Amino acid sequence: MSLTNTTTPGSPDKYLKKPKLWYGWKHFEKNATPYLFLTPFLIGFVLFLVYPLIYALNLSMYRNRLIGGITFVGLDNYVKAFQDQNFWEGVRNVLVFGAMQIPVMLGLALVFALILDGKLIRRQTIFRLGFFLPFAVPSVVAALMWGYFYGQSFGPLAQIATALHLQPPQFLTPTGILPSIANISTWQYTGYNMLILFAALKGIPEELYEAAKVDGANDLQIALRIRIPIIMPALALTAIFSIIGTLQLFNEPNILGAVAPTVMNSHFTPNIYVYNLAFSNRQFDYSAAIAFTLALVTAVASSLVLFSAFRKEENA
Amino acid sequence: MTAQTPARDRRNSAPKYATGKFATYVFLSAFLGYFILPLIWLVISSTKTNAGLFSSFGFWLAKDFNFFQNLHDLFARDNGAFGIWMRNTAVYAISASLLSSFISAMAGYAFSQYRFAGRRLLFGIVLGSVFVPGTVFAVPLYLLLAKTGLSGSLLAIILPAAANPFGVYLMRIYAEQSIPQDLIDAARVDGAGEFRIFATIAMRLMAPGYVTVLLFAFVGAWNNYFLPLLVLSKSDLYPVTVGLAYWNSLASQPGYAQVLYILVITGSVIGTLPVMVIFLFLQRFWQNGLALGSIKG
Repeated sequence: MSLTNTTTPGSPDKYLKKPKLWYGWKHFEKNATPYLFLTPFLIGFVLFLVYPLIYALNLSMYRNRLIGGITFVGLDNYVKAFQDQNFWEGVRNVLVFGAMQIPVMLGLALVFALILDGKLIRRQTIFRLGFFLPFAVPSVVAALMWGYFYGQSFGPLAQIATALHLQPPQFLTPTGILPSIANISTWQYTGYNMLILFAALKGIPEELYEAAKVDGANDLQIALRIRIPIIMPALALTAIFSIIGTLQLFNEPNILGAVAPTVMNSHFTPNIYVYNLAFSNRQFDYSAAIAFTLALVTAVASSLVLFSAFRKEENA
Repeated sequence: MTAQTPARDRRNSAPKYATGKFATYVFLSAFLGYFILPLIWLVISSTKTNAGLFSSFGFWLAKDFNFFQNLHDLFARDNGAFGIWMRNTAVYAISASLLSSFISAMAGYAFSQYRFAGRRLLFGIVLGSVFVPGTVFAVPLYLLLAKTGLSGSLLAIILPAAANPFGVYLMRIYAEQSIPQDLIDAARVDGAGEFRIFATIAMRLMAPGYVTVLLFAFVGAWNNYFLPLLVLSKSDLYPVTVGLAYWNSLASQPGYAQVLYILVITGSVIGTLPVMVIFLFLQRFWQNGLALGSIKG
């Protein structure tokens, strides 16, 4: 600790608490090491997360007009965002989407995880890997593939319907578009969420089940009373990440928009709106304000889920 | 069927149990079809001609097997654009994932092994940033990168990978679970420096967690669409995802070359294959890694 300490052992100095000062290289190394380990991350964190955030916050308080130039407008852009029908229409779309998609996806993921964690099924690796495989597919490819799959010209669903002399189902219609996108997301992310929950279930010690079984509990009771409550934190985490992902929905509608331009507009989701405001209209300041408003909506939605999840846990 | 009988006996004795088991297999197999069949359709479609795509049933091979011709056309189109996109994606995914995972490992290790001033606050900020939607950063990042001129190079999408707060969070958990304090203390007594301890002992112990973070960063970069779409200014910098979406938008335009459909399909197969192969080969690693990370919830 103190290489430069010259006092002899047993001297009264030994009993004095040493002030934390520099004691040479060893001491420096010990104190500075954690910060040195953190430096590369902190540089990246500040440059690519903190600084852009501050930059955008600043940007959102200005208005750039052709006539009059750049003027400070304070919270005007936010007032405008809160009254912007286009923005709330997009928010409504993603909320409807999320209300359909997240319960189905997480419900399936939970059921799969509970089944595959149990001893009922053999060869569970095939199912685990098969369910997870769509996660490895880029979401662009998933959207392209399902877009063709849904399509009327060479989509197999339309082909089957035609062969059976049925009306080919229409997917990419104004009412069909949200469920169609929900299906793509469910297809892609159920397996991933299943693995997270599966891993959480694996962490529960076996003895807990054994004790409940001795007490005469059946598999369903054990699942509802023991396994699900224990993995509630993992479940809440998957729910929050799903909500964040949902509110930022972009890739799938952006890709499908090329196939079905009539049902998609420039503000179909908040993110598409941000993108179009920034890159088609060059309204960077207003698009930044919309992005922050979206972050606010996300925070509210996430905390509602967290709150209700842990309330439920307490009641269980 | 009393609760005390061992599972093995119950399995053979109760017909109700066997029915439940059969129903479970049917249930799981139906969903296996749901998850796998669209991919099989994609692979089958990539063996057809563009005309065959329209004239043959989707889940059956057409008369002529055209996969290799498609492959040739795919890489020949637009002066070999697809090859360039694949190369860009590989460069981007490999460098971004190595950068982000190594930096996360160092930071996660620091948070787990040392007590230092500002530790709790800093970790709180890092954790909080995980929940901020990426959209908020994307537009300013574009503006800043355009200002610095970085948007003319792949660095524009590689460098932001240095900030991976979720990776830091995971690496901290892995470090806490896999590194025994005694071992680190023993190494210190033997006179090993802090960086040597990290590089030779800690990294080896954290390997499953590290591979998991590396793999998911790799997949995240390989599949990324939003950031490259926003940030990159030239089409010869596109990754495969942006390139395929671009071709698809051309193919959908009325009167434009519909031949592109078959190329987008073949390109989708080729662009997805590397990630799938890596996932299958590194299975043991990332499954262990996910399990480790979840124990703490």
